Amino acid sequence: MSTSDSPHAASYTSHVLKKDEIMKSNFNWRTVSFAVLLALPGLAAAETVKIGVVLTYSGGAAQFGQQIDRGMNLYIKQHGDELGDHQIELIKRDSKRPGGDIAKTAVQELITREKVDILTGFVFSPNAIASAPLVTQGKVPMIIMNAGTAWIPNLSPYIARVSFTMWQSGYPMGTYAMEKLGCESSASGYTDYPPGKDSVAAFKTGFEAAGGKLIDEIPMGGPREVPDFTPFFQRVKDAKPDCFYVFVPAGNHASAVVKTFADLGMAEAGIRLIGPGDITQDTKLQGMGDNAVGIVTMHHYSAEYDTPENKAFVDAWKAEYGADTTPDFMGVAGWDGMAAIFHVIKTLDGKIDAEGAMDALKGWTFDSPRGPIMIDPDTRDIVHDVNVHEIVKVGDRLTINVLGTIPQVKDPCKALKIGKCGQ
Amino acid sequence: MSQFGNVLVSIIFDGLAYAMILFIISVGLSITMGLMGFVNLAHGVFAMAGGYFTVSLMTGFGVGFIPALLLAAIGVAVTSLVLERLLYAPLYDASELDQVLLSIGLVFMASATFTFFFGPDPVSIRVPSVLSGQIDLGFRSFPTYRVFMIMVGLIMITVLWLGFERTIIGAKIRAAVDNRRMAESIGINVDRLFKITFALGSGIAAIGGGLAVDILGLSPSFAIQYLVLFLIVVAVGGLGTIRGTFVAAIVLGVIDNAGKYLWPEGGAFFIYAVTIAILLLRPAGLFGKE
Repeated sequence: MSTSDSPHAASYTSHVLKKDEIMKSNFNWRTVSFAVLLALPGLAAAETVKIGVVLTYSGGAAQFGQQIDRGMNLYIKQHGDELGDHQIELIKRDSKRPGGDIAKTAVQELITREKVDILTGFVFSPNAIASAPLVTQGKVPMIIMNAGTAWIPNLSPYIARVSFTMWQSGYPMGTYAMEKLGCESSASGYTDYPPGKDSVAAFKTGFEAAGGKLIDEIPMGGPREVPDFTPFFQRVKDAKPDCFYVFVPAGNHASAVVKTFADLGMAEAGIRLIGPGDITQDTKLQGMGDNAVGIVTMHHYSAEYDTPENKAFVDAWKAEYGADTTPDFMGVAGWDGMAAIFHVIKTLDGKIDAEGAMDALKGWTFDSPRGPIMIDPDTRDIVHDVNVHEIVKVGDRLTINVLGTIPQVKDPCKALKIGKCGQ
Repeated sequence: MSQFGNVLVSIIFDGLAYAMILFIISVGLSITMGLMGFVNLAHGVFAMAGGYFTVSLMTGFGVGFIPALLLAAIGVAVTSLVLERLLYAPLYDASELDQVLLSIGLVFMASATFTFFFGPDPVSIRVPSVLSGQIDLGFRSFPTYRVFMIMVGLIMITVLWLGFERTIIGAKIRAAVDNRRMAESIGINVDRLFKITFALGSGIAAIGGGLAVDILGLSPSFAIQYLVLFLIVVAVGGLGTIRGTFVAAIVLGVIDNAGKYLWPEGGAFFIYAVTIAILLLRPAGLFGKE
């Protein structure tokens, strides 16, 4: 038991005691004082930091939870000794699906019963959004490892994000589509939940600011199950835009998008498929086959990046989890997120409080496998390079060709103060 | 072709391909419910099993797509007979609630079992290259697999209709659906008849499940995910009628596609609106007996 926890636990216990339990109450107090006395000499060291991890560990979204989990564990394995005498304890909870309800219950339990010092994970935006009020009330720092809806850090002063925002890819993609890909008209299709709406709003803003004409914006079902995309894509094919911007959650949705696009012969009809990197996720890319060739995405990570940091990361990953596995942007977020947590623990010497954690993270820089990253001191959101990926085939393998880089992109939604990003 | 004509063709074509899947999977459910009045919510499990059977045979043993589908149908039909004896038969005279509880329980058990063996992620299928890509039908091109899907559906309805209308066993099934006690009293063994239709319906659903992988995808939640859709088709078509199931599948398939195409914001709402409207006018379904 850690010294900082004990008095809390004891006073909580004494509140709920009834009269006939006085004897027991005295006994508790004595034990606690004894424990505190024993622990006093070691007060400066040996804290156990409890980290509540909320990820999707079951169902169709289990692949995301696994990516982030592996990224975190790899970092802990390689850097665990840097914490000195401090220990970390991961308490994992399954948020199952994107609805928000299960995640919120898990966060409540982690805060009130497990008394975690830090919360992390969060694959789906609704899960992070539903949990935000609880971390404000419970004063627990929350470090987001995926959920990309731009305005999430605005929901609580104790949220920081190491992953990405939908606007960091959508907005520059809009500009790039008009100026470099020569797409004068575009349609967009999105999975109908917060990050989807966010992503197409970002694309629209960037695209129209550059002078492009957005002819259609199509909601394509919810995030939980992969729909048959055919009617939506056929609608776009018949409207014949130059570019078709698609946001869907990574994973199985992405595979279905690329397949439907090919089945309908949309590339042959002169339509180019573009989107955030979610639609050409590394773990799904090879399975997409030739259908993926020619897709242009805006993204902050690919396992194909030829940098020493990334090579070391990918090699360590394959050595740990098997040669046929590959990290993707979620695995990297797990790695970077754990690095951020380590930074917080070291800075605060194991005694975590929400304000202190946020102060430690503001302006934090790190050499991530994706490139240099920073936590923006003003917004507590990630700042990183964003790259234009074109999917190409080299030999039998699909890989990416980096067409361009936009260095150190801050979230455009908060910079432009659009909608909830301005609050 | 005019823009309007093009849109219409898109909607009807995709709707038909979707409808064929609905028909092939649901027809067995309609017949068995009409025959025995057994509320079998686990019917989608047989389609799901067919899908996994097909995919496993293709990836694990290198069996071709069509042979894998047929083997899946046989495998699932045989398995369904065992289940029928062990689980369903004892509940034939039980209340509908008991039947619903048993069969929905089977759905959850099947989901867990398939998750255990195949993992929670959806599996995909590599259809033969002749069936992938586009096919040019003269006036415009269509996805080959969906053309194939429509052809299979048309062959299936023809064979089933002939079997139902032109064979002795078909006549017996029709007689038993119309009036079970009368059929029994003239010496038709309805129990045996039911076993045959149950196995046949499960086998056909397995083919539907295998065919659906490329369009609807396949994961351990398939049986629960599409349960409502299959039930809607059966309810709108009417119990125990092949023609009704076929018409209902086409109406719902095309309307669902039209809704998503023309008004994506409304999404899946249309299919339910149409279902409610039809059932208000004809509570026993389009071709059901009042």
